[in-house]
This record gives sequence, structure tokens and C-alpha cells, in this order.
Amino acid sequence: MKLTYGIPAALAALVVLACAPLFVGPYWLGLLIGLAGYVTLASAWALFSGRTGYVSLATVAFFGIGAYTVAVLSEAMPYPVVLLVAAGIGLGVALLVGLATLRLEGVYFVVFSFGLAELVRQLVTWYETSINGTLGRYIFLDFGPEHIYWQLLALAVVTLLLTWWIGRSRLGLALKVIADDETVASHIGINIAWTKITLFAVSAVIMTLVGAIQSPRWTYVEPAIVFNPTVSFMTLIMALFGGAGRLWGPALGAIPLFLLFEWLSANFPDHYSILLGLLFIIIVFLLPRGVVGLFDDRFGTRRAEVQPAASGEGAGK
Amino acid sequence: MLMATLVGGLVLGGTYALVAMGLTIQYGIARTMNLAYGETMIAASFAAYLIHNTLGVSPVLGLAIIAPAGFVFGWLVYGILLRPLVARSKNIASLEINSILATFGLLFVIQGVMLVVFGGNYISYNYLNFGIEVLGVRVAANRLLVLFLAFVIGGGLFLLLTRTRWGTALRAVAVNPAAAPLVGIDANRAARFAFALGGALAASGGVVVSMYQTFTASSGVVFTMKALIVVIMGGVGNLAGALCAGLILGLSETLVATYISPGLTMAAVYIIFLGILLWRPSGLFGKVGK
Amino acid sequence: MMTATRRHALRYFGASAIVFATAAPFAATAQDRTSVKIGYAISKTGGNAGGAGITTLPNYQLWIKDVNDAGGLELPDGTRLPIEVIEYDDRSSAEEVVRSIERLATQDEVDFMLPPWGTGFNLAVAPLFDRFGYPQLAVSAVTDKAPEFVKRWDKSFWLLGGGHDYTDALAKVLSTASSEGTINSKVAMISVADGFGIDLVTAARPAMKDAGIEVVYDVTYPAGTTDFTSILNDAAASGADSFVAFSYPPETFALTQQAQIANFNPKVLYLGVGTGFPMYGANNGANAEGIMSLGGIDYSNEENMAYRKRHEELTGQAPDLWGSVITYSSLQMLQEAIKRRGLDRDAVSDELSNGTFQTASGEIKLEDNQLRTLWLTGQWQDGEYVAVAPADREGAKAPKLPKAAWQGQ
Repeated sequence: MKLTYGIPAALAALVVLACAPLFVGPYWLGLLIGLAGYVTLASAWALFSGRTGYVSLATVAFFGIGAYTVAVLSEAMPYPVVLLVAAGIGLGVALLVGLATLRLEGVYFVVFSFGLAELVRQLVTWYETSINGTLGRYIFLDFGPEHIYWQLLALAVVTLLLTWWIGRSRLGLALKVIADDETVASHIGINIAWTKITLFAVSAVIMTLVGAIQSPRWTYVEPAIVFNPTVSFMTLIMALFGGAGRLWGPALGAIPLFLLFEWLSANFPDHYSILLGLLFIIIVFLLPRGVVGLFDDRFGTRRAEVQPAASGEGAGK
Repeated sequence: MLMATLVGGLVLGGTYALVAMGLTIQYGIARTMNLAYGETMIAASFAAYLIHNTLGVSPVLGLAIIAPAGFVFGWLVYGILLRPLVARSKNIASLEINSILATFGLLFVIQGVMLVVFGGNYISYNYLNFGIEVLGVRVAANRLLVLFLAFVIGGGLFLLLTRTRWGTALRAVAVNPAAAPLVGIDANRAARFAFALGGALAASGGVVVSMYQTFTASSGVVFTMKALIVVIMGGVGNLAGALCAGLILGLSETLVATYISPGLTMAAVYIIFLGILLWRPSGLFGKVGK
Repeated sequence: MMTATRRHALRYFGASAIVFATAAPFAATAQDRTSVKIGYAISKTGGNAGGAGITTLPNYQLWIKDVNDAGGLELPDGTRLPIEVIEYDDRSSAEEVVRSIERLATQDEVDFMLPPWGTGFNLAVAPLFDRFGYPQLAVSAVTDKAPEFVKRWDKSFWLLGGGHDYTDALAKVLSTASSEGTINSKVAMISVADGFGIDLVTAARPAMKDAGIEVVYDVTYPAGTTDFTSILNDAAASGADSFVAFSYPPETFALTQQAQIANFNPKVLYLGVGTGFPMYGANNGANAEGIMSLGGIDYSNEENMAYRKRHEELTGQAPDLWGSVITYSSLQMLQEAIKRRGLDRDAVSDELSNGTFQTASGEIKLEDNQLRTLWLTGQWQDGEYVAVAPADREGAKAPKLPKAAWQGQ
């Protein structure tokens, strides 16, 4: 997509999306919330994993931390402060996990990140039941779905801008070198550790905020609800499906998949799983390089230096 | 008390080890992360349940049919679903991602079929549920059977891999799939055989686990994840590693339950897993990378 | 789809408050409609499918079939309209259940919605039922906060009681047996670290204290625990004659099996959800004898027995012995309220609040939108899971204590 008409088109789309709650019914608004949530999650996931090849299943750890922070603090302090605190906690955990990326790679990191998400869930459960003596928490925040939607939309825009900016900054350049060859990267003076941790932290904070913003929709929050591992898997599948290495890839994966899930579950409640599974298999066979790869092939805009998007080059060498 | 805890931990760990061994072979030799592993197990659990409840036949005898069925299933899945992906993928990383996506799809298909056929209800039946004295501790016979099977299967596979030509070929493929053909090994056949073997192990695991654990059509994911953790902790493709890791997790679960708090058992499992990985980034028995 | 969107667009244009209900304008008379649309979202897949598949979904299916076989829902003018069902799978995800309800209310414009399964999900959808003006007959939700919820959402109905109802009844059973000298006054309690387990154990602590029962062992375990060896050993060593577990089905089954292995024979054995599943009695045979739990039914209630028979014929499985009959009864209440007041949701809600209904679980009259006449404690006696508390309610049997020791197999 050329920049000349790309930017006005994106701005126009944004204006339309921002005004959408004024025109559509609650169901479509709910759909838009879900879409904005997953576009943001998938983009944030790709921001780190798509560029470094570290496939993370810790998405729901941060998502859940965000949601739980809101549940715990929503009555104690004003909402913007709650969001800040949530982001802070997410950042703290992310820095700890980020350190793990220095030692682990390939599938070891995948399962490590999954274990981490489960650990967070177990610790929150244990703390709530054994120390606090409660489990579920109620969120009675007084704003409607359109407010949640606007916040998520803003976050999605910020995420995409960040991705775009990082792609062009020194950080992005450093990442490209790291993904190609870590040894070369360290020889030419790139601080690998710092680069990876920064990126992971940015991505994790965004995921935390998605959870925090979305949680008032559920009224009642408990660990089994907010730390549902499905969120991690959905995010991963959407990003990989769209093409994790490119700016619009995760969004192009999240939007059609999300709508597809919705359509399938509404029309085939009894055979949802089977159809979904078959579609996945077909997708893997027909779109080996994700939606972005399809566009690239069709329109011949594929740049020489970009590696096939869905194959996650650089992972586990 | 200590003895009861230790025996309990070993028996629990036996389940984890048994469940993980098939996955470690599939992942280590066939190089495909099979996310549908747990669903294969649950399908076998349903088969065992049917055999026990409708035919009145012992699930242990059922193994004679169900394990080979698992083998055939694995053989077909690899040939139809995974082989084209292996042929297409340029490197291990892209194969990994493709196999995650494809078996993720397979997971839903198997689960969906089970939901349609059996419904979503809890399934449980009683078999071999009586106590046997071991070292002064009463242990459930069905759980002892699992521990026994874990050692027999683990030992048998170990001998197969180290003492036979087939095993040597499999190990060669695991170490270097690209170089194996140079010494006349059909890497494709070896991988297919390994994947099928993993399928047979998953089916056996499903049968024995169903004897004492309640399951539903949706509970396969739990087993896949537990197995994955054991596999990774032990070192990919390493049978002894899977056995050790399984026993360590089982023991830590019962020790924490007895001496710290039952509320922290799961947390302890994950803490130990994460700690071991940070200490040895390629698992207990894995090759030291980097 | 397009027309629906445009219609919404017109209504909402310029209005900042989206929260206003889409309800009233669609209420139609019997003359210009051919069916009554009833919708629900339920967990057909995922972690909640096991619970939803026994207590909730089969009863929805049975009721719809019963009504349609009889020619449809009867309206005040005596005409009947068949039920048209719209069903979604919430995939055990909170976001999905919320969106499904929004879809049912605003896209499908159903006349009535049936609630999802589980305490958490019933709470997640309660603001939506309220916003769109639908009555919510929440059954599979045990919560002590029901009075608060009724104030917040006045069309919400809570039919399975709160944690303290069940634990007060249990404490009474224990203190009676203890004062008769059948058991000592100590209890060992365990609970699953989930909304249900914590709600009950929190209510049980003061209830036991008030009843003069000392809690000598009190731990919580994570959901998904499969090995209870250590817990059972500790409980046996605690010297309590009573063992109480506020557990979920997989753990209820595991505890039953493992208590036999450990030869752990408390004089009172009280387990959580799953004890009232028909499968539990079938699997454990004589060893189920004497085990107690929540719920129970009155086997002399003919309506209930007829319901159980129909349930088994249609779904191939018997209903569970706690929540199922209440679920079905809640639907009968809805049916009767529609017969009396028509399809106007406000009128139906009003009727549900104030009316008296004949149902499969006897006569029901709600108090402050809550069902207060419930069977709180049940016990397996001679292969039947009979109700033993409250003891003063008609149909209650006397508890048989102490529970006999396990029999070999």
C-alpha cells in the first residue's frame, strides 16, 4: 500500500469506526468491541513474537492481570488511575518474564510462557481464597459498551502506530539483525537483551490494558474467567493467520477469523468445533503464508527483504 | 506420613510420565508439535468407557484393540495431514508453526466429533478401584497399573530405541533429519512410524487414565498441556527425561499438599517447571543449547 | 440484517443513551405472529460444558419439546403459539456469553431469553437482561448476594438459594447427630478454589460455629486436583467424625474412589456437586449408601417423578437430583406466567415475582424474587437420593447416620 493514499484512507476508516457506536445496535457494538480487542491483542502479540520469533502463550497472563486489577481497584480509585496501576503491574511482570527470553528459545519458550500464565492464575486464585477468603469479584463501573469500544479502538490505533514506528526506528533495525543472526547482532554492538525486553514489555503492557478495558463488560470476574487460556491461543492463531511479521498482518488475521468464529457459533452451535477445525486445516494448506502473503502474491508488492510472514523465521535456531 | 506422601507422589508421577512419553516421541522424532494429543487420549478414554460399560469387558483387555487403533490413527494423521506440511516447510521453525496450526485444527475436529457422539457430560466409571499395600501404604490398584505401565512402556521403548536397527534409525532422524538420508535412512518413514507410535501411547494413556479420572469431551487440552510441560521439562525427545520430569512433578505435588498447602499444588508444579527451565534451558536431559 | 441495522440506526441516531431497551416496540399480539421466539446461550463446548450438559441444556430441550407437543405456549386468550428456538454456544467464555445475549436481544429480537449455566455467567449477563428488559430466571447460580442483586436488577430471579442456606442446613444435621451422640462435634472441611467452593466454605465456618461444631481441618484445593491422598490422610488424622467437601464433579468422583482406597470411613461423608448425578449412584452402587450432599428430591412427589421419566425418555439420561428439577420448574413458571399475562415481558416479570405456580418441584411462590423452599441436604438411601433437610418440610426423610463403612468390591 502506497503511503500517499494509505494515510488518508486509514484516517477515514478510523473516523468511520469511531462514529460507529452512534449508528449501530448493541449487538454490532459488541462485535466491534470483540474485534477491537482481538486486533489489539494480535497486533501487540506480533509486535514482540512476530519480530523476534519467540512464540508466546503468555497473552492471557497479562490480559487477566489487567482485568483483575480493575476488579480489585475499581471502587478504590478513579478509573484512569486504575488503568495506570494495571499497566504498571503488567510492566513489572513483563520485565521478569522478559528476562526468561534471554535464556530460552524455540518450543522451550512457548511452553514456558504457557506455564507462566497458569502460574499467575494459580497464584491469584491461591491469594484470593487463602489470604482474602473470597474468590469472585464484582465490577460495577458505570459506563456503557460504547465507552469500552472507544478505549479499545484508541488502544488499537496506538498499537498499530507503535508497530509502525518501531519498524522504522533503530529498535526495529536492531530487531531485524537479531532475528537474522544473534551473533552478528551482538558483534555489531546491538544490546540484544535490552532490545528484547523492551519489546516484550511494550507488548505485554498493551495486552494488560486490553484486559483492563474489557473487564467491566462481564460484571463478575474470577480467575477461571479472565485467565482462560483460549485467549492466548486465539491471539496466536489470529496473528499467525494474518502474518505476524507485518504491520497489518495481525489485524487482517483477527478480523476475518473473529467474524468467522461468530458466524459459525451462531449458525452451527452443534457442529461448531468440527467446522472450525476443518477450516483451520484448510487454511494451513491453502494459505501457507497468511493473509498478508496472499495479498503479496496477488498484488506483487512483496518486498525482497521481508521473509515469509507466517513461517516465523528466526525461531529456535 | 512421609512414606505415604512419597508413594502417592510416585504413583501420581507415573501418570504424568506415561501421558508425556508419546508426545515426546512425536515431538522429538517426527518434529511436529501435536496439539491434538490430549484429544487422541480422550477418544481412547471414551472407547475404554464403552468397552467397560456396554460390553462389560475389562479396559486392560481393551488396550489390545485401542492401542493399535491409536497407532493406525497416528499413521493416517501423519500421512494425510502432516506429511504435506513437512514436505513444504523450508526449515524447522516453519514446520513447527505449521504443525501447531494444523493440529490445532485437528484438536477441534476430534473434540467436535466426540461432542456430537457422546455429548458434553462428565464420564467416570469404576475399575480396579481397590487398595493394595505397597511399603505399608495403601495404593489404588488402577494407579499402580499406570505406574507399572509407565515403566514397562518406558523401558520397552528405551530398548527399542537403543538396541534395534529401527531405533537407531529413529534416533538418527531425531538428531539430524537432514543428514539421515545420507546414511540410507528413510527419514519420512521413520518420522511416520514415530508419530504412529506416539498415537499408540496416547491411546494407552487415555485408557488407563479413564479408569480413575473423570473426563469430558472437552478435557483433552488439560492433558496436552500437562504432557507438554513434562516433555519440555525432561528435554524434547528424551524418554528418561519424560519419566524423571513426570515423577518430579508428581512428588512435588504430594509433598506440597502434605507439608505446605493443598491450595498451592498446581502453583508449585509450575514454579518447579519454570525454575528448572531457567536453570537448564533445554530441559533436564536436553542438549545444552547456545 | 440490513433492515435491522437501519432500524437501529434510526432509533439511536443522536441519542447518547444506547442503553434504552429495544424491548417494547416489538411486542406483538397473537394475531400477527406465528411463533414465540425463545433464545438462549449455553456452554456446549469448553470447561463449563460438563455442568451445563446435565443441569441446564437437557431441561431446556425437554421443556421446549413438552410445550410444542402440547401445541405451543398458551396465551391469555387461549390461543397457542409454538416455540421457535434460537440457540448459541458461548464456548465457556465470558465475552462470548455477553455478546450472545446482546445478539439474542437485539438481532434476533427474541421474546424471552433463558439464562446460561453457572454463577459467573449468570452475573455476567444479568445487567444485559436488565437493560433489555428480560426476566432472568437464574437457576444454576448459588449466591448469598441474591437480595442485593434483586435490588440492582429487579427482573432477576434467583432460584437455587445461597451458600448459607446449604451450610446452615448441614450444620443443623451435624449438630443434631452430635447431640444424639451418633458423631463427635468435629468436622474436617475442604473446598474447591472456585466461586462455588469458596462461597460455601465461607458460609460454613460461622454456621458450624453457631451449631457448636468445631472445624478442625479447613483447606482449599485448586480446581483440577486429581490426587487427594494427602488431604484424606490429614482429614483422617484430624479426629473429626464428619468430612465435608464443597467440590465439583471430577473431584467428587475422585474423592469417593480415593476414600475407599485409603479406607477412610468418616461417620458423615458430605460431598459437593456430582453426588446428585444419577451416574454417581449407578457407579458406586452400595458404596453410595449414606453419602450426603446438596439438594435431594422427594420421591413421593408424583409430578417430579413424571418429569424424571419424561426427561429420561427424551435425553436418554436421568436428570440430576439437585438443580435439574428446579431448572424445569423455572421454565414451567415462565410458561404459566405467559399463559396468565401474555408476551409482555414486564407483566410476565411481575407475575413471576408475585404469582403462585404449580411445578414439578411442588408449589412455588417466590419471596423477594428468590425461591426459598428448597431441598438443602440430600442423602443416598437404598439407591435413592432422598431429601433430608429442611427436616420440617413435607416429604423429608430422616438422615441415616452414621454412614456404613465401605464395602469391598
